[in-house]
Amino acid sequence: MNGVAVIGFAQAGGVVTTSGVETLVPVFEEALARAGLGRRDIDFWCSGSSDYLAGRAFSFVSAVDAIGAVPPIAESHVEMDAAWALYEAYLKILSGEASTALVYGFGKGTAGDLNRVLALQMDPYTVAPLWPDAISVAALQARLAIDAGRCSEDDMAAVAAQRGHQAPDSPYVSMPLREHDVAPVADGAAAVVLAAGDRVAGRRAAWIERIEHRIEAQGFGELPAMPAPEVDVAALHAPFTHQELLLRRAFGLSGGVRYVPFTENAMFSAGLSRIGVAAEEVMAGRAAKALGHATSGPLLQQNLTCVLGSRS
Amino acid sequence: METLAAPLTIAFDYTRSLGPVLGRFMAGLRDRRVMGGRTADGRVHVPPLEYDPVTHEPVTDLVEVAPSGTVISWTWTGRPLEGQPLDWPFGWALIRLDGADTALLHAVDAGSAEAMRTGMRVRIRWAADRVGHIRDIECFEPGTATAGPPGPESEPVTMMTTPIRLHYRHTTSVEEDRYLRALAEGRIIGQRCPACRKVYVPPRFCPADGVAPDEVVEVAGRGTVTTFCVVNVPFAGQRLTPPYVVAQVLLDGADIPVPHLILGVPAEEVRMGLRVAAVWRDRADWGTTPENISHFAPSGEPDAAYETYAEHL
Amino acid sequence: MRRAAVLGTGQTDHRSRRTDVSMAGLCREAIDRALADAGTDWSQIDAVVLGKAPDLFEGVMMPELFLAQSLGAVGKPLLRVHTAGSVGGATAIVATSLIRAGVHRRVLAVAFEKQSESNAMWALSIQPPFSAPITAGAGGYFAPHIRSYIRRSGAPPHVGALVAVKDRRNGALNPHAHLRQPDITLESVQASPMLWDPIRYDETCPSSDGACAVVIGDAAAASSSDRQVAWIKATAMRTEPTFYSGKDHVDPRAGAAAAAALWDLAGIKNPLDEVDVAELYVPFSWFEPMWLENVGFVGPGQGWKLVEAGETRIGGTLPVNPSGGVLCSNPIGASGLLRFAEAAMQVMGRAGEHQVAGASTALGHAYGGGSQFFSMWVVGRTP
Repeated sequence: MNGVAVIGFAQAGGVVTTSGVETLVPVFEEALARAGLGRRDIDFWCSGSSDYLAGRAFSFVSAVDAIGAVPPIAESHVEMDAAWALYEAYLKILSGEASTALVYGFGKGTAGDLNRVLALQMDPYTVAPLWPDAISVAALQARLAIDAGRCSEDDMAAVAAQRGHQAPDSPYVSMPLREHDVAPVADGAAAVVLAAGDRVAGRRAAWIERIEHRIEAQGFGELPAMPAPEVDVAALHAPFTHQELLLRRAFGLSGGVRYVPFTENAMFSAGLSRIGVAAEEVMAGRAAKALGHATSGPLLQQNLTCVLGSRS
Repeated sequence: METLAAPLTIAFDYTRSLGPVLGRFMAGLRDRRVMGGRTADGRVHVPPLEYDPVTHEPVTDLVEVAPSGTVISWTWTGRPLEGQPLDWPFGWALIRLDGADTALLHAVDAGSAEAMRTGMRVRIRWAADRVGHIRDIECFEPGTATAGPPGPESEPVTMMTTPIRLHYRHTTSVEEDRYLRALAEGRIIGQRCPACRKVYVPPRFCPADGVAPDEVVEVAGRGTVTTFCVVNVPFAGQRLTPPYVVAQVLLDGADIPVPHLILGVPAEEVRMGLRVAAVWRDRADWGTTPENISHFAPSGEPDAAYETYAEHL
Repeated sequence: MRRAAVLGTGQTDHRSRRTDVSMAGLCREAIDRALADAGTDWSQIDAVVLGKAPDLFEGVMMPELFLAQSLGAVGKPLLRVHTAGSVGGATAIVATSLIRAGVHRRVLAVAFEKQSESNAMWALSIQPPFSAPITAGAGGYFAPHIRSYIRRSGAPPHVGALVAVKDRRNGALNPHAHLRQPDITLESVQASPMLWDPIRYDETCPSSDGACAVVIGDAAAASSSDRQVAWIKATAMRTEPTFYSGKDHVDPRAGAAAAAALWDLAGIKNPLDEVDVAELYVPFSWFEPMWLENVGFVGPGQGWKLVEAGETRIGGTLPVNPSGGVLCSNPIGASGLLRFAEAAMQVMGRAGEHQVAGASTALGHAYGGGSQFFSMWVVGRTP
């Protein structure tokens, strides 16, 4: 089998349709074209999404229509960011149950008031009934980090500048978070094609050198150290600027790392897209080693890191 | 192009059973007392954890902490959202109650952001009507307070109700929009898949081939009942009064049946193969909605042979 | 491929409303029993896989987040699976993949549903704007397909009632079952109200609170266990769209394809001869004969004959749902894992009063959505 590699990636810009189907069809086509594979060459399909983005039970079910699953396919779904679907697909290839996989994520983040909906991720007995909105909750984390000296408002403004915000004094939305500290909610869809080593066969590839994930207790505490190897480029999934700084510290990333800015919070595809973006850096030859990161849950509760490298 | 869109609200009052630990915590709030849970390492968690994070054993040692404490982090919200504790500007804060080792999240009614600071002392403002719910704490306010005299714990609370009400905007796809606009003109349309050539009503991306549909096809307002069920039972979310017949109707010219109501015939006379025709509402009431078709009723034609619809079951 | 085995199973006492426990307490009742059955403890669990049906059932978005601590998952990898009604089976299969990929030694798979927190019918009946008001409920979705089965197979009308009698009496042998009805009869089932013609009240599953947990280990963990384990011989999952032109709702292609792959991987040539017991996902009694045909135990139109001959009772050629199955307990998200766990319990010889004598090969089966998501495994007494 000889390892697992990313061989194709595509993502949608702009508006995602309610079912996701109309957006996913061209995303699949593009990812497969880049991988040089056809739909029927895929052994395993896996997706990530959340019913609460659309407000309907089983919203992932209709997205299957985008695949064209007749005859039937081997397929699975996680109610998480699709980066964890990538982990599931990676395991299927490692275990020898598949040699190719297409992983996708989608979400119409703009369909509801996501800032309010996300309160339902908090403890349902003692926290969610107060409806604390996601930005306020992140602000509490940001202040703890600032008070503990782990970051400053200036550091956060510098991250915002990297993300394309040139106004360091943008208004507070939830002190100490300013407008520029909050990645805007967006619709999103993304697909990544994986292949076992013996199926890569001369294609452009970013090899998965290491992939890990862990969950923390729900709370506002400091992130544990999650040391990452030396990389040239990192694509972090940080909905708020202070979280990008917390992640850089937790991963122990050095000053020489180039960061791919996180500009939009397209929930449930964003984490997968970060891995796709990191893989693109490697496939395009802009990096020998890249880190893609995904987060899930409030306040960086769950984190996945994927280190991708070239093989020359 | 802007497709048709409309609001969607989902709302339900969830009933949460609490179990032994949270049940005692909520009973305490009802009695204006805050109970923390002591874990094996001696730390007191407020709210209490149900299971010890180190030993994994159930937490059983609940101890009362003070109704006032210290703000360890805060923010300010100028425009409260639906469901939040106060409907005027307030602070969110992490508050470590005196006697606790962890912080809980709640609202602080401080008047203005300038009055908020890390380290400020706050106390609980109890709700007038307390039922054993986290919202028995109306909010916190600046100041201090001490616990009341010790007394026996009252019976644990079994259940708490949590209303959840969410608002969405549902947007139709281009194909769905096209279908609805045709219905508003009294026409039923489908679209053909360029790969398998099947006509889908309503039109949609072909689920068998995963491709966009092309040719628009107008189909008949009559068809064949492939199969059906008689709904005799009321259930939550129902929009019709039982009994009623829901049938799969294969419209002439379509390659997939649509579900619809069958009226104008006793339920026991509905059968597989029955020929039916759409009964439209008054033209004056038409809109961009499937409700333009009230129901289907027998067309009077002879029943269709089983072979003509067997592959659609 | 690396071997994997079920080391232990646990399940809750399923009831319509488990008002004595929180969601964490419900999960822990199953998990603590599974850890004890596996003879292992928290320190040996490397990862957790949690399965559950729609989040709207409990009104918690991704409940594994707030449950992480109670599930003993903190600092470990946790995956949350959701594949509609088949999710319990998918949860076990994902946990098996974690072992087979060689990344973990022991994985905890847990699935739950606390349906009494809301109303499943409400959650499943939410219709978006611009849809026709033609809701028929869960039974109303499947009843027309049962009618089609009866028409196609020529089955006599009492077959559904026969399954209901068998499963409810089996449930009376299972101390965890929600519905336990030792005195149910063909006549009483046939006298129960017709809810979704042709489905009667006694032929439908209940709505339950419940959880199930399974500890899955690698070959080394299995061989270090001093109890009988259930070796996982094969797993399979297949998916097709909910609706498409030519979809066979009676004999879905995805179910047949999953079963064909499963038998092939398990090296089973003649399932009816080689499988000793099957736990099939039967939420409405008529699905027993339909699935017997779909998974290939018998040919098309023959399933009801096996039922009518009494061959799916305990003691028959192929006992089906000796636990009482979904007809006796239906915590939706956990129902699939219960089928998989009950299959394992049979080959481990730990099924108590509903043990099928000498069971050495068993099928666990689950399906979901509009008969479109299928997950299955075959477990055996020997590797």
